[in-house]
Amino acid sequence: MPRMTLSHFEAAFLFALFTSVVLGVVSKRGDRERLQYGLYVFGCFIAALFGLGWLMYFGHG
Amino acid sequence: MAKPKRPKQPLPPLKVWAGPVALGWLIPGGGHLLLKRYGRASLLGASITLMFLCGLLMRGSFFEPQTGDLLTTLIYVGGFIGNLASGILYLIATWLGYSQPDLAGHVHDYGTKFLVGAGLLNILAMVDAFDIAAGRKA
Repeated sequence: MPRMTLSHFEAAFLFALFTSVVLGVVSKRGDRERLQYGLYVFGCFIAALFGLGWLMYFGHG
Repeated sequence: MAKPKRPKQPLPPLKVWAGPVALGWLIPGGGHLLLKRYGRASLLGASITLMFLCGLLMRGSFFEPQTGDLLTTLIYVGGFIGNLASGILYLIATWLGYSQPDLAGHVHDYGTKFLVGAGLLNILAMVDAFDIAAGRKA
């Protein structure tokens, strides 16, 4: 079986992508709202990813 | 100001929602497919299946139920339920002999989380299928 080797960023990006799609689909009632919510959640994931990344960078000094 | 309490909705008859929820567990997106929500079914099925496959390719490990102190029970039994919630994906992987020890390293660690995450997302999809079948959602 092939093996997948990803960086932290790539793995977290994929996780954010799949999770956002599902959260977008199940959370809202209209298609437009679903798309907007999915994009919003994805944006929040990526913002948290960069935010926490920089926090850890400065935290390690 | 406190929100007004919504009246409790009675549980719809079992035959209305059991099929979509059961099929949704077995095949990710299957519940929506049965309810003729084809677009949503394909998005859910593709996302959950790809997440599970990425977890396998990253050599994530499956949880086995273990009991002990509260935290151990919570992590291992919860993780096992999360794995089991992936339905046929978990069953096929187990039947084909996929067994990966819990190794150190971020890729394996992400893989384990992807495998559990896929199951948890499938639980959300099953709840959505229930809502649609019960007429609480379009």
